[in-house]
Amino acid sequence: MKDVYLRIPEHEGLIKCPSGIRGFDEITEGGLPAGRPTLVVGGPGCGKTMLAIEFLVRGAMEYNDPGVFLAFEETPADLAKNVASLGFDLNSLIAQKKMVIDHIHIEPTEIEETGEYDLEGLFIRLGHAIDSIGAKRVALDTIEVLFSGFMDHTVLRAELRRLFRWLKEKEVTAIITGEAGERTFSRYGLEEYVADCVIALDNRVVNQIATRRLRIVKYRGSAHGMDEYPFLIDADGFSVIPVTSLALDHEVSSERVSSGIARLDTMLGGGYYRGSSILVSGIAGTGKTSVAASFANAACARGERCLYFAFEESKGQMVRNMRSISIDLGRWTESGLLQFHASRPTVYGLEMHLAMMHKLVSEFQPDVVVVDPISNLISVGSDLQVRSMLTRMIDFLKANQITALFTDLTLGGASIESTEVRVSSIMDTWLLLGYVEENAERNRVLNLLKSRGMAHSNQMREFVLSDDGIHLNDVYVGPEGVLTGAARLTQEAKANAAALLRTQELDARTRAIQRRRETLEAKIAALRAEYESELDDLETAIEQERVQQEMLAEDREALAEHRRSDRR
Amino acid sequence: MSEKKPQETTKAFEEAAAEQGQRYYVLRLCVTGITPRSVMAIDNIRKLCEDHLKGYYELEVVDLYQKPDVAAEEEIIAAPTLIKKSPSPQRKLVGDLSETERVLIGLGIHHRKTRRREVHDEE
Repeated sequence: MKDVYLRIPEHEGLIKCPSGIRGFDEITEGGLPAGRPTLVVGGPGCGKTMLAIEFLVRGAMEYNDPGVFLAFEETPADLAKNVASLGFDLNSLIAQKKMVIDHIHIEPTEIEETGEYDLEGLFIRLGHAIDSIGAKRVALDTIEVLFSGFMDHTVLRAELRRLFRWLKEKEVTAIITGEAGERTFSRYGLEEYVADCVIALDNRVVNQIATRRLRIVKYRGSAHGMDEYPFLIDADGFSVIPVTSLALDHEVSSERVSSGIARLDTMLGGGYYRGSSILVSGIAGTGKTSVAASFANAACARGERCLYFAFEESKGQMVRNMRSISIDLGRWTESGLLQFHASRPTVYGLEMHLAMMHKLVSEFQPDVVVVDPISNLISVGSDLQVRSMLTRMIDFLKANQITALFTDLTLGGASIESTEVRVSSIMDTWLLLGYVEENAERNRVLNLLKSRGMAHSNQMREFVLSDDGIHLNDVYVGPEGVLTGAARLTQEAKANAAALLRTQELDARTRAIQRRRETLEAKIAALRAEYESELDDLETAIEQERVQQEMLAEDREALAEHRRSDRR
Repeated sequence: MSEKKPQETTKAFEEAAAEQGQRYYVLRLCVTGITPRSVMAIDNIRKLCEDHLKGYYELEVVDLYQKPDVAAEEEIIAAPTLIKKSPSPQRKLVGDLSETERVLIGLGIHHRKTRRREVHDEE
């Protein structure tokens, strides 16, 4: 069993009673004020009764808090039937003495007022019901019915005031529902009596699409989210999406995850960051879905879980189409790693989409999410709304370290950057897919427009979808501009021929210079030989001269000796 | 007081009374303890019954504090509440029964002369 009451450290003294309703306890930072009444107001059909009954059922099932439901509008049988679709078995809870449902039927035509009265009868019934099971939670739905049954509103108001005080004394956590009023929150101004916590529910229809929203109007003594939060009532009950309460303080990872395209990983310097958001934009048919599918495929191949929201194609169609480029998504859907959620954007409002995505992500716990494409959501909301929804979605995914890839269909022509610019600022990596048209061909090109926090290639790549997958080729960048496809091939051949020619020419020149060098060296050798022979001659001549001189001197000496010369 | 007996007697008396233009009344007054308001309601209905229905009525006074089940059983919210169980239709008269004319109309003893002031009740 969970802890019954959560104590919020920064608000000592205020004890909260967790509702058990998904998302609700997060935006209220713990739940409803324990032991105090909370007023829930809203128009018809906005989910007041559902909130009240779920509060009791979850209390009984998850927190072991018995509850009393005082129904002024529906009979216990109707209530049990209504919530049975959510998997709540009221009759079994009643049998286990975890819940009491008391239906108060007021028939105005049966009642005649004949003097002073009070509502002690109601107190006795409620008190009796609370005491019979030791209830900790109480719901009164909808107490305003009393106003149609009794004429004397002064008495009624005084009695309601007493009732709320009495509920506090009983220390039960109570939900009182009321109809929304025109000038006041509730039609009869009940918020005057229930001062602790007021919650407004709303079901708005914009462009024929209904969206339910919840707002905490006031919560005395507690911090709480101030925004309108979208909520869902679906097969699992009530769920509130507290995504706007997230701040930019999520953990960041420097782990890289593969994009599924080898050369794109190289361009990114190793892949996308885990937990980052990637935008793939481009006009129709540029291969956005293929990039997305590669990413999903790579994730599943790593053994990670992938949730794929497809707004254009059905699951079967996706699997078939991707098979044509050798991406077999079918095996991942079979193994349960990949889950498709295909729906038309117009089936819900934006908030509902957000709520639905939030819920599916929480349930499936994926590592990777693909939304293909986000531009279709614009059909159900304005750019601003889509942007705000995506921001919340991205924050939520980032907080959970989920890598998300969004594709965006842009219109051709001048408005190519009309939508993605608005969402691109919230994306970490932006791939732009486009066409290069020339020579009666359209060839796909990929640009890596931005990628936060990583060195990445600024080069355009030709993007080829082939039978064996996606390939990126270098584009030919030459004096004639960027060339792709057949033009690239032709240009490459041309360039190759020219290069060959140039190589041959160089070879010839190298050989010529070699020959010149050889000639030169031969000449040098000849000159050297000539020099050396001249040097030899010179040396011989010097020697002869020296010998001659010596001989001459000797001769002179001998002659002097002979003449008995006295000059010695 | 047993439940069955008054029902049977009611029928017999009603048949008899119908001949004489008088019907038998089964009344149940639910109060919450001995408050001045409870006492006043009890006094008022006793006096009224003696004055208008002498011999043709039975009155049960229930203290809801002692029998809280009755509150749910009889769909009681306000106190005091007088329930006219018979003759049909069943009606509930809330309050201390001090507005005698209204009580008489509520019990069907007097007929409404003018349209009621209340807007909710469109007869």
